Amino acid sequence: MSTPPVIRVVEREARVFSRLWRGTVFSTLVAPVLFLAAMGLGLGGLVDAHTGKVDGLTYLQYVAPGLMVASAMQIAANEAMWPVLGAVKWVKNFHATVATSITPGELAVGYVLWIVIRSLAASAVFLLVAALLGAVPSAWGVLAIPVAALCAAAFSAPLSAYSIRLDSDISFPVIMRVGVLPLFLFSGTFFPISQLPTWLQPLAVVSPLWNAVELARAATTGTFHLGADILHVAVLVVCLTAGLLWGRRTFTRRLTS
Amino acid sequence: MPDPLIVAHALTKRFGGFVAVDGIDFVIAPGEAFGFLGPNGAGKSSTMRMIGCVSPVSGGTLRVLGMDPAADGAQIRRRLGVVPQEDNLDTELTVWDNLMIYGRYFDLPRAEIRRRAEELLEFVQLSDRRDSRVDPLSGGMKRRLTIARALINQPEVLLLDEPTTGLDPQARHMLWERLYRLKQDGVTLVLTTHYMDEAEQLCDRLVIMDGGRIVAEGSPRELVATHATREVVELRFARAADQSDALARVRALAPRVEAVADRLLVYTDDGDATAAAIAGDGVGAASVFVRRASLEDVFLILTGRTLED
Repeated sequence: MSTPPVIRVVEREARVFSRLWRGTVFSTLVAPVLFLAAMGLGLGGLVDAHTGKVDGLTYLQYVAPGLMVASAMQIAANEAMWPVLGAVKWVKNFHATVATSITPGELAVGYVLWIVIRSLAASAVFLLVAALLGAVPSAWGVLAIPVAALCAAAFSAPLSAYSIRLDSDISFPVIMRVGVLPLFLFSGTFFPISQLPTWLQPLAVVSPLWNAVELARAATTGTFHLGADILHVAVLVVCLTAGLLWGRRTFTRRLTS
Repeated sequence: MPDPLIVAHALTKRFGGFVAVDGIDFVIAPGEAFGFLGPNGAGKSSTMRMIGCVSPVSGGTLRVLGMDPAADGAQIRRRLGVVPQEDNLDTELTVWDNLMIYGRYFDLPRAEIRRRAEELLEFVQLSDRRDSRVDPLSGGMKRRLTIARALINQPEVLLLDEPTTGLDPQARHMLWERLYRLKQDGVTLVLTTHYMDEAEQLCDRLVIMDGGRIVAEGSPRELVATHATREVVELRFARAADQSDALARVRALAPRVEAVADRLLVYTDDGDATAAAIAGDGVGAASVFVRRASLEDVFLILTGRTLED
């Protein structure tokens, strides 16, 4: 019985993770939950007392899906940058991988698949904690887990495609500061984008994170808007598909020259 | 002769305008140990990467195990073992997991990989390090683990790119001995090296490469017999000026003299007689040393340069 090549790529990542997961617990679980406590309960108490509900939700309910998806994005961005460059440039284990019956394209897809699996697990735990804190009013909230994973995929596919081409990591901190951090803050995570200056709002609308946050919030609150939600999914799927197609090219070019 | 395993015709590799491999032909038969000998930059690694189906052919034809790397790369790689020039072991995994994961890349069943991994660690004498991480291993141990990893899919052909570069003499000899055993077991070895002693130790047949081309082909013995003389007299001088002064006088005594940085090499069929003639002529060499000709000399005669250049 044969195992698909992309799954065999995932096996390696899962093996490494099984040894190193303790080191990731803080950044992927504890930190988001601390954010949830500080923002949702601490700041949220103030918001609720002064302005009433945000889009009809308590602030905790508003911010929980945003934090969940945004932390999936952060995991994805991190995993798609330094580890990819390391595997092709410093340790060179990607070169060893493609000397087997695994092709570079399969490696590219398998690597993204692994990030998706990791995001699924991290998001499930986060959602459970959020639900216990009363941040998830609807049972549809479970759908926010695949939404977070889709968001992780939409970021990690193009970013890993980009990272594999590099010879140094100098651009990574820039991407984190100029790309990931502003998205984290201004994609409807902590407040509705209607609060943004008018000229900035169109930018937020095309951001994959905003689309994912809106979807996740639709799920955790059980209020869907079919047309808009299909559009949100479409934006994420376009990012993912474009990223995978690009990644298959850049992985092939970098690993077979 | 059985069907060849690897056939190259006018094989070419270009990187932009740079021609790394310039239209070479070679045929490698099952069970033989075939070498590419040449200095750095001769095109050996580029050739190996094309055979390993991780570098597209720019021109000419290449068939590996009867298949075309462009069309059947994954099928071919399934039956190859690759020991690259630079260690690329997975430093995030243990010795044991390096073998397990690599076996999984070939889609082998776990029980089978475990069985082979036990045997291979025994074979490369790393059984006691199976739970160690990769980083603390010595250079020789890493190379041996890389060889074990390359054998996990029981390859028909083992590609070794500069297998002992950077190793100390003891580690090199241990590696040669393992490779010799593989050859006895019928594994076809294809290796590159810029060490002539390695080529002489391991290769049944080899090609000498220089500047992307093959300049000679044959068994180590044939190559020496065809292109060099039986013996070589090495003359060293106290000062560089002495060496250039002596060159013309030595040339008058022997037809073939090569001057390298620190010595003159005089090619002759009777080393002792030539050494005596040189001494009688009053060439003031600081040291005179007679030895048998080697592949190093073949390379020097064919290209005018040494392998280490």
